[in-house]
Amino acid sequence: MKEKLEQLKARLSEELSAAVDGKKLEELRVSYLGKKGSITDLLKGMKALSNEEKKEFGQQVNALKQLAAQSIAKRAEELKQLEIQREIDATPAFDLTIPTKEDRGSYHPITLVQRECERIFTTMGFNVEDYPEVVTDYECFESVNVPKNHPARDMQDTYYLENGELLKSQTSAAQNAILKKYGKQLMENGMPIRAIFPGRCFRNEATDATHENTFFQMEGVMVDKDISISNLIYFMKTMLSEVFQKDVKVRLRPGFFPFVEPGFELDISCLICGGETGCPSCNHSGWLELCPCGMIHPEVLKEGGIDPEQYTGFAFGLGLTRLAMMKYGIKDIRDLNSGSLKVMSQFTDDK
Amino acid sequence: MFLSMNWIKDFVDLSGLDELKLINQFSLSTAEVENDIQFKGSDISGIVVAEIKSVEDHPESKKLHLLKVDIGADELVDVVCGAPNVRVGMKTAFAKVGARIGEIEIAPRPLAGYMSCGMCCSEKEIGISDDHSGIMEITDDVANGTDLKTIYAIDDIVFEVDNKSLTNRPDLWSHYGIAREFAAIAGRPLKELDFADLKAYDELPKVDMKIEDPLCYRYSSLQFENCTRSVSPVDMRIRLFYCGMRAINFLADMTNYLMLEMGQPMHAFDSRKVGKIRIKRFEKDFDFTTLDGVERHIDPETLMICDDNTPVAIAGIMGGLDSEIVEDTNTLTLESATFDAASIRKSTVRLSHRTDASMRYEKSLDPELTTAAIARFVYLIKQFDEGVKIVSSLTDEYAYHYPEVELSFDKAYVDKYTGIAIDNDTIVNTLQRLGFGVVNNGDDFTVKVPSWRATKDVTIKADIIEEITRIYGYDNFEIHTATAPLFPTRPEPVKKDEDSVKDILVKHYNLHELHSYVWNYVDELKELGIENRGVIKLMNATNPNIETIRETMIPTQLCQIKSNLGYAPAYGVFEVGRVVTGMTDDNLCIEEKHLGITLYAKGDNIRDQYFRMKTIIETLVDELKHKKVTFEKREPAFDFEHPVNLNAVIVDGVELGKIGMLHPSVMKKLDKRANVVFAEIDMDKFAAIENNSIHYEEPSKFPAIEIDLSFLTSAFAPIAKAIENAACALIKDVDVIDIYDADENSSIAVRITFSDNARTLTKEEVAAVTDGIIADLEQQNILLKK
Repeated sequence: MKEKLEQLKARLSEELSAAVDGKKLEELRVSYLGKKGSITDLLKGMKALSNEEKKEFGQQVNALKQLAAQSIAKRAEELKQLEIQREIDATPAFDLTIPTKEDRGSYHPITLVQRECERIFTTMGFNVEDYPEVVTDYECFESVNVPKNHPARDMQDTYYLENGELLKSQTSAAQNAILKKYGKQLMENGMPIRAIFPGRCFRNEATDATHENTFFQMEGVMVDKDISISNLIYFMKTMLSEVFQKDVKVRLRPGFFPFVEPGFELDISCLICGGETGCPSCNHSGWLELCPCGMIHPEVLKEGGIDPEQYTGFAFGLGLTRLAMMKYGIKDIRDLNSGSLKVMSQFTDDK
Repeated sequence: MFLSMNWIKDFVDLSGLDELKLINQFSLSTAEVENDIQFKGSDISGIVVAEIKSVEDHPESKKLHLLKVDIGADELVDVVCGAPNVRVGMKTAFAKVGARIGEIEIAPRPLAGYMSCGMCCSEKEIGISDDHSGIMEITDDVANGTDLKTIYAIDDIVFEVDNKSLTNRPDLWSHYGIAREFAAIAGRPLKELDFADLKAYDELPKVDMKIEDPLCYRYSSLQFENCTRSVSPVDMRIRLFYCGMRAINFLADMTNYLMLEMGQPMHAFDSRKVGKIRIKRFEKDFDFTTLDGVERHIDPETLMICDDNTPVAIAGIMGGLDSEIVEDTNTLTLESATFDAASIRKSTVRLSHRTDASMRYEKSLDPELTTAAIARFVYLIKQFDEGVKIVSSLTDEYAYHYPEVELSFDKAYVDKYTGIAIDNDTIVNTLQRLGFGVVNNGDDFTVKVPSWRATKDVTIKADIIEEITRIYGYDNFEIHTATAPLFPTRPEPVKKDEDSVKDILVKHYNLHELHSYVWNYVDELKELGIENRGVIKLMNATNPNIETIRETMIPTQLCQIKSNLGYAPAYGVFEVGRVVTGMTDDNLCIEEKHLGITLYAKGDNIRDQYFRMKTIIETLVDELKHKKVTFEKREPAFDFEHPVNLNAVIVDGVELGKIGMLHPSVMKKLDKRANVVFAEIDMDKFAAIENNSIHYEEPSKFPAIEIDLSFLTSAFAPIAKAIENAACALIKDVDVIDIYDADENSSIAVRITFSDNARTLTKEEVAAVTDGIIADLEQQNILLKK
């Protein structure tokens, strides 16, 4: 009997390593531990033994039984691991050199630049205003000190509509409305007027790589009791340094615009050469002409219902289209309105 | 406008100062100087006066001559010269050996078999005129061998000021006016001009002259005779040439010189042709030939200078051919006048003819200039042509005086406007240097604006601030932030929504934002078979293709889709743009801000596309307004709209816009193998919808029961209605989980989710509700699918 037990033990170990899958192992388990299994059989053969022997043999069989159960379970665990390893080994490695197309939309570059400017001005306490594209002669010209027959009207070739209205040729067309909208709060509550109004402007001119009949500007105004030229320079410098993410130098030159007095052309130090040496992009001058600005003309304030003796203010007009072209290196202004996805789909969020 | 530093230095002593720095300062204080400053004469050296002593024809060349020239040296110099105007005794400009002309250094060299030791130069070669017809002829009495630069002002710095930056400064259209700025910038005195004393001619007869039209502000005239000089002095010709004008003849050059020097345009008539000067307009149109030989159409708006009733010049623009000075002209009538600036400007526009004179007149010239310019003219002409005889007294009619401008302000005003402290002395000095009369009493100032700034330019106190600050220098400003109280900023609702909409469309739905023009693309629309519709047109469009203002965004987007075919098998574009949808009772445009979305996809998956669009719209409304959208069928309003599946987008009972499919006839022209779905939303109406905000509901802790029911129908609406009729508070969600589309066997499977926050539901109570729904539908002949 004992011999048989030892044989069984040896065979189990042999057969365990031969069981290479779950099914075989289950068969093995049944063949040893099942009702008709070999170990069960051993117990059945015990009848012939003495009580003394029975006790000893029984213990041995039980130990074998336990050993078998344990080693089968262990083998099962091994097989499970083997199975996972096999799956891992069978998993193909992907070829990431195969090109894939990014799945995303795109913003118009003007939107990106406009948002950046809006964000900067909002942090400085400016309200962002919205304004129509079709405006009256009064809004675009009369109210901002450009009376009829003023030469400045010739300077900007304006698109007129059949009913006498026009497509705004400058964002200053919103100035009068902004002054009227916030003037009351300024005078009654001492709330300074701080507003920017980005918008599309139109000029009746032939288009080429640097000229468009449709373009974006962003006008800004600030009016309060003691707004000065010094403040204007400060704001322009701060704002433009934020826009270009570097400390830009600004310089003002006298410029004539009927809605401001004094009026300025604002130049910034060249973004490429820093203004020190001059380079092709600044036409070797070291400076880039960027935006007209000035102190709001007393007549414009007056027309907006604000007493120019009590209040002063500054205004500026930033060319968003120009800014976008500078920022992204767009060479042909017409690309912006081309509707070409090859061009436009390149502009992802750029915060 | 080109400016000569030599000329400026006639009027202000700039010795010891860096002229380039001053020019840069002028750019910052007065008007923009263009980048390319020219250093005239810097590229030539060693050019001397030479006298031709002998001329021999070259034995083998018809053109070449063999010269011996005297350049003041011990020996004559041999030169081979091809100029036609060589002759013995002539003095010319000569580049001797070692001289430099541009890149060329003159060296002895054989020319057609003979040694040539130098070069006789044309004026063009020296760069002082564009005359290359022969070598320069020097008539002045100068010694042979004298360096040309020591006798003529060839070396000069010439800079250009952008005309546009001088629009509001009539006084800067002259060297004297510019010199005044340099004097102020440099802090040096401005010299007085030298004038002839015209009182000496007061006894002479007057010119017969009369202003008959208020558009002429002042007309001054003087007659003179016996002008014998024909070629202008070299220095005068050089200045004119450096300033971009050609020397013509002495008299014409004199009037041009005066214009460049003082800014006053002048004209000389043949006195025989202008016996009775009358300034007026005509009632009828006529044609008139100007001295450039061009026949021009004159209308009744155009002011004319006339000999009684015969027009002889277009006032302020150009003289006539018939009254021009000719060979046998003896007596000349000089005009120096001022006209209404707007009238001149409009006339030039109508005539499409702008001249150096009209450019100045349209800036509102100072009428005080007219007689001064004549006095200066007489002073100069007598210097260059001693025989000239004045034959009339100064005749002057001053019809319109600009009002004198006097402005008062105090230091506090200057401090407030500038934000810095500029002391009283600086204020007074600056203004005085610019020609303003200043009375200063403590911190109070009264300023008299000089006539040359008082025609339109300086009218208010703020203008005085500009005068003070620009000379003070903006670079010298101490800059500081404003001390304004803080208030919250409030974004415009429509701007806020617009930004969010863009983000959702780009980030959630991968759409591309494109920009377009506000007018219909007529040609492109024609290709798609879409009518060019709009409620209003541009009046002055130069191109009919950009004339009609669009009424809807979609046709533009269809054109964009067409131009992007092949970009990708499926994509979508959007834009927030403007349209004009109608006119108000006051005939003003009704402009609306519209969001246009167009989805394009290859294949026949139109239903998927349509539902994607529906999801986009519902998501926009849910995210930004937390509200539900309903759709309602509409009839097409435009020819590109498919009559089926055109639906209004309605939120809170407000119709925000519509979604639809492309009409098959347009679709076929666009792309036969694709489909297009569009939506257009009024952004202002969208922004006006109140945001319902987030209503948080705690999810039930008890299990929900989901019941799936499949009905034999192709319409979901009755099912939705039946569920709604059940009015059961336990129903938390209804989902369509399957649609089987097969004509009579169509079915729709819905999943109804029941739950309660307080307890676990029983199967029985849920079944009672679903049984009710089933029964409701059964009555309408919609049966449960077994």
